[in-house]
Amino acid sequence: MAAQDLSATLPLLLLTGWACALMLLDAFIPAERKGLTAGLAALGIVAAFGALAPRFGQTTEAFDGMLVVDGFASFLDVVFLGSGLLGIALAYDYLKRMGIERGEYYSLLLFSICGMMLMGRAADLIIVFLALELLSIPLYVLSGFAVPRLESEEAALKYFLLGAFATGFVVYGIALTYGALGSTRMEAIVETVRSGAALPGLLPVGMGLILIGLGFKVAAVPFHMWTPDVYQGAPSSVTAFMSVGAKAGGFAALLRLLISALPDLAVAWAPAAAWISALTMVWANFAAIAQPNVKRMLAYSSIAHAGYILMALAASASSEVAPQAASAALFYLAAYAVTNLGAWGVVLSMEKQEGAGLSIDDYAGLGLRRPGLALAMTAFMLSLTGVPPTIGFVGKFFLFRAAIEAGLVWLALIGVVTSLVSAYYYLRVVVVMYMRPGEPEARSERWLSAGLGLAAVATVVFGILPGPLLALAERAGLMALVP
Amino acid sequence: MNTMDPLLLSLVTFFPVVGAVLILALPRGGKNSVRWVALGASGVTFLISLIVLARFDLQDPELQLVTRLPWIRVAGWTIEYHLGIDGLSLLLVLLTTLLTPISILSTWTAVEDRVGEFMAFFLLLETGMVGVFLAQDLFLFYVFWEFTLVPMYFLIGIWGGPRRIYAALKFFLYTMAGSILMLLAILWLALEAGTFSVPDLAAQGGIPPQAQTWLFLAFAAAFAIKVPMWPLHSWLPDAHVEAPTAGSVILAGVLLKMGTYGFLRFNLPLFPEASMRFAPWIALLAVIGILYGAAVSYAQRDVKKLVAFSSVSHLGFVMLGLFALNPQGIQGGILQMVNHGLSTGALFLIVGMIYERRHTREIDAFGGLWKVMPVFAALTLIVTLSSMGLPGLNGFVGEFTILLGAFGSQAVGSGWYAGLAALGVILAAIYMLYMFQKIFLGPTDKPENQMLKDLNAREVITLIPLIVLIFWIGLYPKPFFDLMAPSVDRLVAALQSASLALR
Repeated sequence: MAAQDLSATLPLLLLTGWACALMLLDAFIPAERKGLTAGLAALGIVAAFGALAPRFGQTTEAFDGMLVVDGFASFLDVVFLGSGLLGIALAYDYLKRMGIERGEYYSLLLFSICGMMLMGRAADLIIVFLALELLSIPLYVLSGFAVPRLESEEAALKYFLLGAFATGFVVYGIALTYGALGSTRMEAIVETVRSGAALPGLLPVGMGLILIGLGFKVAAVPFHMWTPDVYQGAPSSVTAFMSVGAKAGGFAALLRLLISALPDLAVAWAPAAAWISALTMVWANFAAIAQPNVKRMLAYSSIAHAGYILMALAASASSEVAPQAASAALFYLAAYAVTNLGAWGVVLSMEKQEGAGLSIDDYAGLGLRRPGLALAMTAFMLSLTGVPPTIGFVGKFFLFRAAIEAGLVWLALIGVVTSLVSAYYYLRVVVVMYMRPGEPEARSERWLSAGLGLAAVATVVFGILPGPLLALAERAGLMALVP
Repeated sequence: MNTMDPLLLSLVTFFPVVGAVLILALPRGGKNSVRWVALGASGVTFLISLIVLARFDLQDPELQLVTRLPWIRVAGWTIEYHLGIDGLSLLLVLLTTLLTPISILSTWTAVEDRVGEFMAFFLLLETGMVGVFLAQDLFLFYVFWEFTLVPMYFLIGIWGGPRRIYAALKFFLYTMAGSILMLLAILWLALEAGTFSVPDLAAQGGIPPQAQTWLFLAFAAAFAIKVPMWPLHSWLPDAHVEAPTAGSVILAGVLLKMGTYGFLRFNLPLFPEASMRFAPWIALLAVIGILYGAAVSYAQRDVKKLVAFSSVSHLGFVMLGLFALNPQGIQGGILQMVNHGLSTGALFLIVGMIYERRHTREIDAFGGLWKVMPVFAALTLIVTLSSMGLPGLNGFVGEFTILLGAFGSQAVGSGWYAGLAALGVILAAIYMLYMFQKIFLGPTDKPENQMLKDLNAREVITLIPLIVLIFWIGLYPKPFFDLMAPSVDRLVAALQSASLALR
């Protein structure tokens, strides 16, 4: 193992080792002091941040080009690690309250983050597969963490079966690609396509299968069926993390694959991406209107946001727009992570035993009872709608820009119109909180409040001063491209 | 040039935020201290706007007191924090900063519930509105424009009448529906021209006619809903009727002007050829709005609804004036924006005062109030006459100038529009006098009305500034026209050169 291999994977190695050690350590931590495990897990993430810092944004190849660390990967690393940190803060009090506090939770979370970070670095289809499994399997387990609650078990099983099914697509696609090219390197794909030689018929089929598998992971229509049930059934703290992390992981692979490996096949996949994007935005936003349960509503919202990000993928088909489109997608992933984790934080503070407190009507009167919490939720809802001055608005602004620049005005039009539709159901939460009388019971727990408070501040501050984050995303979008 | 000058516009925009933060930091429960802080903050903002007026150079048609800083630099775009004021926006800024403290004073006893939040939202709304009138960068403008939705949504939704939730949501969704189209147009424009700066875009020109058509329509969608132009007005009566008094005053007084101002600031200078082409159509819709608004006003049993529909009619005049595309028309349009803010603002205050006493707004519930409340009746009479355009009061000056402009307008192309619009003046007299007669004249035959108290000092103070201005503009409008004339002339010159190109 060469020095650069080590440096490229140091944060990953660190985190993996830490997660393993934590699992052992946890056995010696008494049940009433599981806070220690949470703290140690958070420390691990901070350490990974530290390992990332010295070479942040530099481009390195590792393991003979199987992995590549660049601005793209670094940006996503920050998103993943940040989500993990917030995820731990949100989960700690919640797990205790729900009586499902077990130390494995945090180790599994760390393993999943490792998978996501690996995904950001993948330059080889085998790595994509490896990362996909590493990020998914801990999530399957976490979904069932509230065992013996039936919904949680059902969610885990459903997620596992459909996830395995999706992974099957990916593996089969990789196999066909290998059969066509004799290699699984993304570089090799680019070269073959560029060389102008007749394309082996297996290649498009293989690629199509991979894309379908990833479509499952990011929950794009029509591969979204599992999402509402799993999001509703899984413990809310898991859903919070999963809805952000798994989606970002899936998009990491999609972006890398489509933009760096398949730019010359854009004619084939760009219309498909555009249509799936349109379909996802329309379907999910209309379906979300009818949901009386907050978790289900946020599940459909999460599907809808996959649609918005797919808009950037469709736009990235034209090579001049590709860097902007990629950076718009990356920025939106970060914006969505902050906002969505915050919104789930509010859900976590409202949830009670046996799934009570999850109906939107349970939020009635929150504006009077807990003005701070209601204000934070308002910021999250406005950001998800895309109303200034929030980070969600900036994110959508640049997504629409990419679409228009690529000539996809119709897609941008669908994007804005569905945003209008989404205003209806996001604002319903605000309506209920401020304009209906009620006696809601919301928890006030230290770490939970700190986590969602931080998210709320970030949502507004980055909405007003998005410059630094945008600049970071811009550089990340440039480096995602293989020359 | 004073060293403070570049800061002035930022101060006038963001000073209300200071008040809002202060209010939220105050301990809960002190309702009166909250009110005083809110009044103080909006009062200081008004004073700052007077300093802006003092620093304003009457001869200069260009943007003044400009602040221009890079805000977001990304992917070949520079989005700027770019504020500036000229003759097109000065009066509207002053109107905003005047109406806000008046509205706050008017709610002294009307809002008892969650006073802190109410005032905080109100002050945030002021920042949004002033920002809309000052922003010279399309992105910045859009941020302010959309941001005004949020506090207004809460003001209607929390402190409004029985159907407030419906009205608030309708207000939000209608307005957002228009503005998202504008957002796409802004993006397209910025991609083509490489800048968000409004003056730079206007100077560059050269947008192909085909594109101008679409861009004009997309911007117009946002603004026409806000104005509101017939047939996009249906959110307005709901929002007005359900909004609390102060909300209605600001809604009618300022928020609607954001729509007409938008046409003036963006559609006319950025898409001059399309403006020329669409002028007859806009004039047609404006005239329909004038007549329709007047007719529907007459049919209302609820005073607040009557005033709300009369806004549709009055704003029709403004649109007709703006799209006459000549100096008289545009100057009359701008002045009529101010007039409508004063008169209709005052009318909503009056409706609020009577509602606070009787908790009804049905015209039939009143009658003979003159005997019981003489001061109230006298002040109402002045405002009513101003709203229907009696010579000597402000409404006449604005409407007359507009009709003059529309009659001689080449862009509109026919004197018929002005002729039909003049009919609207007569109709206004009918429905306004009808309302006044039903409420104030005749015998005081309802027992509930016999014990009503006349206005107290605070209520008189809220109306006096408006009435002074109503007389001032009516008797000596020259200073007001002088403020806008250079900028309007410049705009018209630009439009004329575009019309030459069109032929």
